[in-house]
Amino acid sequence: MLPLFVVVPLAAAFLIVILAKRFEFLSDFLSNLATGFSFILSCVLLFILSHSSLKVMVYKVGGWLPPFGVDLVIDGFSSFMLVTINIVAFMLNIFCISYMRKYSAKWKFYTLFLLMLVGMNGIVISGDIFNMFVFLEIASVASFALVAYGVEAEELEAAFKYIIMSAVASSFILLGIAFLYSYTSTLNLADIAGVLEAKGLSNVVILVNILFIMGFGLKAAIVPFHAWLPDAHPSAPAPVSSFLSGILIKALGVYVLIRIFYNIIGINRALLAVFTFLGVLSIMVGVLLALGQMDLKRLLAYHSISQVGYIILGLGLGTPLGILGGLFHLFNHSIFKSLLFLNSGAVEYSLGTRNLEEMGGLREKMPVTSSTSMAASMAISGVPPFNGFWSKLIIIVACIQVHKIGLAFWAVLGSILTLSSFMKVQKYAFFGSLKKAYQNLKEVPFSMQFAMLVLGIICVIGGILILPHFDSFFLFPAQQAVMRGLGYKGLIYSVLK
Amino acid sequence: MKESYSKQSGMTLIVKVITRLTVGLILLYGIYIALHGHLSPGGGFAGGVIIVLSFIHLMLAFGREEAFRRISKRFVSLFEGLGGLLFLIIAILGYKAGYFFYDWIIFKGKPFSLFSAGTIPLSYSAIGLKVAFGLFAIFLALITLKFKVKK
Amino acid sequence: MSPYILCFLLFSVGIYGILRKRNIIKIIIGTVICEYAVNLFLIIFGYRMGGHAPIYSPDKDINNMVDPLVQALVLTAIVIGLATTALVVAVAIRIYEKYGTFDITKIRKLKG
Repeated sequence: MLPLFVVVPLAAAFLIVILAKRFEFLSDFLSNLATGFSFILSCVLLFILSHSSLKVMVYKVGGWLPPFGVDLVIDGFSSFMLVTINIVAFMLNIFCISYMRKYSAKWKFYTLFLLMLVGMNGIVISGDIFNMFVFLEIASVASFALVAYGVEAEELEAAFKYIIMSAVASSFILLGIAFLYSYTSTLNLADIAGVLEAKGLSNVVILVNILFIMGFGLKAAIVPFHAWLPDAHPSAPAPVSSFLSGILIKALGVYVLIRIFYNIIGINRALLAVFTFLGVLSIMVGVLLALGQMDLKRLLAYHSISQVGYIILGLGLGTPLGILGGLFHLFNHSIFKSLLFLNSGAVEYSLGTRNLEEMGGLREKMPVTSSTSMAASMAISGVPPFNGFWSKLIIIVACIQVHKIGLAFWAVLGSILTLSSFMKVQKYAFFGSLKKAYQNLKEVPFSMQFAMLVLGIICVIGGILILPHFDSFFLFPAQQAVMRGLGYKGLIYSVLK
Repeated sequence: MKESYSKQSGMTLIVKVITRLTVGLILLYGIYIALHGHLSPGGGFAGGVIIVLSFIHLMLAFGREEAFRRISKRFVSLFEGLGGLLFLIIAILGYKAGYFFYDWIIFKGKPFSLFSAGTIPLSYSAIGLKVAFGLFAIFLALITLKFKVKK
Repeated sequence: MSPYILCFLLFSVGIYGILRKRNIIKIIIGTVICEYAVNLFLIIFGYRMGGHAPIYSPDKDINNMVDPLVQALVLTAIVIGLATTALVVAVAIRIYEKYGTFDITKIRKLKG
């Protein structure tokens, strides 16, 4: 059952290439079928895992036992990421039915979108470090083509910058894999953990740590490596921006960092200090640079950098509460950042502009868009009872718990500045008076409204995932899988016998 | 290249004659390398690149329109998708027998002959097809781009 | 020791090309050199003392081969590099169409 996450979108992508050039509706239908199927499968997987005792599923590809063969591994963290990725992908696909009418050649878009989904699902379920690299490249190359999709001048320049920086990051990652292979002579994740524990720390492992932080940090847009994100994310079409900002920087960057540094190499105080420092730097730099922006999508892209800083801060604290806060914030950020980008896409669909100074008073003409935008802005600023409040509260309490009051101070300051920034967005875009040129605006079509409404409802009721009854099958296995640390390999080997 | 011979498309007569003789041989060599991936170095990737080199040779020697009359763009796109689907089907067929990518060929010949080694020759030919037509589609997309430079 | 140092030198030539050149095509060539340097580094790691090529034929014994796993990794990495290069070259051609120049100091529409 595990390979179906990769097989179904891939088969749909190839079928769309062959069949859908003549029949326009077939591309919509196949793509929504594939993403809906993978979403339902991820929920079923969550349900199955909550009833098993060990909460790990291992699939040997081709029947060969690891470490000679490739295996696919799902534990609590992977199933958590799978549900996050697939729910956002399904909602975005529904959004795309109406939005992509403005661009030509819809079937090409769906093919690339499904290939990006294949790459992301593959990273999360793979148990082998080179397989992870191949799926990372599939997702990256598909995202290069999607950023440059409508071929205007600015999009091409942003895509060029993104491609060159991402290619250098991939070279660093491959170099890190080469060094790790030379030291351990195996590629399987559980086996690498075993060999590293037996051989102990040496200079090669420290070099590998640095190369991986550089390479995956660029994919995750952590602060010294964030320069591609404010250009690449606004230039893409709106569903692609929300997919890139909501999922790609987290599944490619944060997930792999956590998997490698907690479960394989083993965490120590130096790495935790690096993570907390980079996290706080990202929070402040992201929010301060976002304060002066007048372009709506560029503002949202800078806030993405800041919120990923919160996730890295939470995960870099090392305590169980910090990890819980970081993972919950990962899920919440996917939901509300995707919703914010979809709102900006809906505004662009109706008005044709992204500049905040040209908008005003959209609240009376577009009720669904403005109410979901208000919900998402409240969530990202951390206003109770939306879901962003709970995750930020947990991160701040975890900071205070380890007696690092300075980190908590920066986190609260970042949250206050985020609130002010989004109040500006709401005032300029939705409140105020309607400009004369936009007197006869209509609301966006039904499929876009549906996608935004579902994500908005999850924003509002997402806080219940912390309650003990719900979190035991969604968040708590994820936190346990990360906290298990080097026990990962013991678990995999015990399942394989 | 095309601007200096504006009246006739493609290159001079000598190049055209030699191309007519060698293109078939290059195609055959590429198919040989793609099929014998389990016996000698090469395999799907290298074989696919050599196959597409024969098509590009044809296009360079005879000019764009002449080559388009023989290989149309729809054909290329269709075969590329078909190659990918074929590889996926080979993988899925193993699924029925228990595991994904399982060796589902029951009759395995003796080693070092052509029909041996399970699903590897089939996988390599599917990959060769996909790489060849994928690269040719990239080449077509970059060559047939007509635009006017705006200042 | 010396093949590794030469690989590192090739990698730094690629990084120099990306950082200091002004023409877009030269930046792309720098990226390609970077990727090739990493592939070469991987293959050199696979060398064993006095080993022969890892092809199993009836007259050679299998005890003294160089590492074949690395060669499979590098095949995949070469194809990935090819896909990235094809895409960035297509983007560069379109940039020339829109901006009229290949000079990267003049392609600066995105600011802020």
